[in-house]
Amino acid sequence: MKRLLIVLGLAGYLCTPVISQNTEPGVVTGNVSMLWQSYQADALIGAVVPPSKTGFNAYSNLNYTMGNFSAGIRYEAYLNSVLGFPGRFKGTGIGYRYARWSDREKGVDVTVGNFYEQFGAGTLLRAYEERNLGLDNALDGFRIILRPIDPIQIKVVYGKQRLDFNDGLINGEGIIRGVNTELDLNGLLPFLADSKLKIKPDFSFVSKFQEGGNIIQEDTLILTLPQNVGAWEYGSKFQYGMWRGGIEYSKKINDPSADNGYIYKEGEALMYFLSGNVKKLNFVFQRATTDNMSFRSDRDLLLFDAPINNIPSITRAHTYNLAATLYPYATVINGESSFRGELYYSIARGSKLGGKYGTKMSLTFATSYSLDTTNLSGLDGAIYGYERNSWGFGDSLNVQDISFDIERKFSKNFKAKAMYMNLQFNTLATPVTTDFKGIVFADLFVLETQFKTAKRQSLRTEFQVLLTEQDKGDWATVVAEYTWSPHWFVSVIDQYNFGNPDEAKRVHYLYGSAGYINGAHRLSVGYGKRREGIFCVGGVCRTVPASNGFEVAFTSSF
Amino acid sequence: MKHLYIFTLLVFSLSFNASAQTIPSVQLENLAGENINTGDFDNDGAPIIICFWATWCSPCKRELNNYMDFYADWQDETGVKLIAISIDDSRSISRVAPYVMSSGWEYEVLLDTGKEFARAMQVINVPHTFLLDGNGKVVWSHNNYAEGDEEELYEELLKLVK
Repeated sequence: MKRLLIVLGLAGYLCTPVISQNTEPGVVTGNVSMLWQSYQADALIGAVVPPSKTGFNAYSNLNYTMGNFSAGIRYEAYLNSVLGFPGRFKGTGIGYRYARWSDREKGVDVTVGNFYEQFGAGTLLRAYEERNLGLDNALDGFRIILRPIDPIQIKVVYGKQRLDFNDGLINGEGIIRGVNTELDLNGLLPFLADSKLKIKPDFSFVSKFQEGGNIIQEDTLILTLPQNVGAWEYGSKFQYGMWRGGIEYSKKINDPSADNGYIYKEGEALMYFLSGNVKKLNFVFQRATTDNMSFRSDRDLLLFDAPINNIPSITRAHTYNLAATLYPYATVINGESSFRGELYYSIARGSKLGGKYGTKMSLTFATSYSLDTTNLSGLDGAIYGYERNSWGFGDSLNVQDISFDIERKFSKNFKAKAMYMNLQFNTLATPVTTDFKGIVFADLFVLETQFKTAKRQSLRTEFQVLLTEQDKGDWATVVAEYTWSPHWFVSVIDQYNFGNPDEAKRVHYLYGSAGYINGAHRLSVGYGKRREGIFCVGGVCRTVPASNGFEVAFTSSF
Repeated sequence: MKHLYIFTLLVFSLSFNASAQTIPSVQLENLAGENINTGDFDNDGAPIIICFWATWCSPCKRELNNYMDFYADWQDETGVKLIAISIDDSRSISRVAPYVMSSGWEYEVLLDTGKEFARAMQVINVPHTFLLDGNGKVVWSHNNYAEGDEEELYEELLKLVK
């Protein structure tokens, strides 16, 4: 750590005389985020007070750029971390630091220290952060990106990855090594130069090293753990006018882990999608089968710890609070077979049906099933677990949602959106609740309206109802938000579990907040009850316990 | 902690010339499948608006849909170009093109799947909107979107062309 800082400092000093000849001055940029919460106990909703009574998470990124050189740090504080964050994030210190030299003209880009990276769709390697959820698996090592000629890009990464934070960055045990190549065939092959069809193939190889040992299966079977696990992926993106498509195949050699029950079966994944339009109807279809592709730099870890890759769920990420926090779907990491189709249609402005401002509609169907597999028995069963019969669907439903959205602006001052969703959600596949095991059948209705009440003022409301016989029964949510552009807002949200089979649990969760925004600075204060739920950002989810109390949040970029 | 101070001092000692934020260079892809380098953003000396958004972000979509009502007028009056940067990840990236097409957006839309450009622009959450003057310097930015914010943006735009 100390050494790296000295290197960064030296690099900065060494660069000064060279760069000072450049007329471009150095620039400091950064951001700050602080979140403070206080807690009050509430036995009815299960809210508890942690020993420190309050939680405080904060971080600040500070970057310096001068010409081709940049360097930066992130200072982080968890004093103690707010509820719902990884509780072992503790103390204060530097969680991220890097120096980078990037020369576009020569096609060379070198990063030393921490960096985020993704190869292709991320099925083999994705180092990323979702700070709001406490997820961060930044790589720590070296990265070189070479672009010898424009249509060829080669990335090489070598490093460890962030696992934890205790007065500073703590990396996991494993070593990650990877290479990725992306080609632009239209730039490489003269006969494709003027083609409307654009083809961009890519190839990746990623390998991890972790010290091994033996495991014992079925009492007497002694198996050696592989210390090196390699995985590769190849695929291509296609484009023809506004039609886009992509296909990707990946494979991973035997990788016994806590996720797969320490079986030696190889992993495989196949994904493809097509999007385009026929006249005014736009569509996207996506299909994926992933089998045993969990890939971590530490074979014994689970959930959010030390993932090297990311297997994206292809179901729709919910926008509305009830579905998003009660039944969000995350990929079944050991394998699933899934499909999504979406249609978008806009009725033109000024037409009889479309109204003065036009009307937008969309229809989504998404589903995910278990894999089509046969369990193996005897010795093979102990070593390999199962075999997959096809790329198709298995018997057990993970999730299915069908939704219809319609959105229309009625006048200069009023617009509305409505949505209906039919949801089938298997809580055994995605364990979002302990109250019910099996398939939840739910219908969700949403009406969102927006009135412009005066110049720069508007009132937005949401009415949501989720009806189900299973789990916690029916829910309703009302949201009202009033804004005075560009600086102020107040909002109130009430969630009411009016259909809970246990009458004592038919609770209102009322939460109010207000805030002030000035350019890139934002301060908000909130108070109230929040139920336990799953909070997702960009498709990544974390369980947040019920809480009751104050919250103050501040973010700023500069 | 000591190291942090040393580093911060170093940074600031080097940045005696610190000035307004410029646009860092990151390679992104547009909806036509072409590689676009953000360092090359150029609008012949006219202003540029950069909006970070995602298909799962309601306020972002409200913002960009509302701007469409004014975009033609803004372009006539100021020559402005709007670049919408989607931070959708591999889960939702395939939804970007059909959503944009069906919404009739006339913006240039770029895909920042790994959020590298968002990070370089210090974006913490979306929507986050930047206004660049004719020299590519950030002169105004706004995090969040509320109905009516376009009026402030329009006032800032007019300041740049007068």
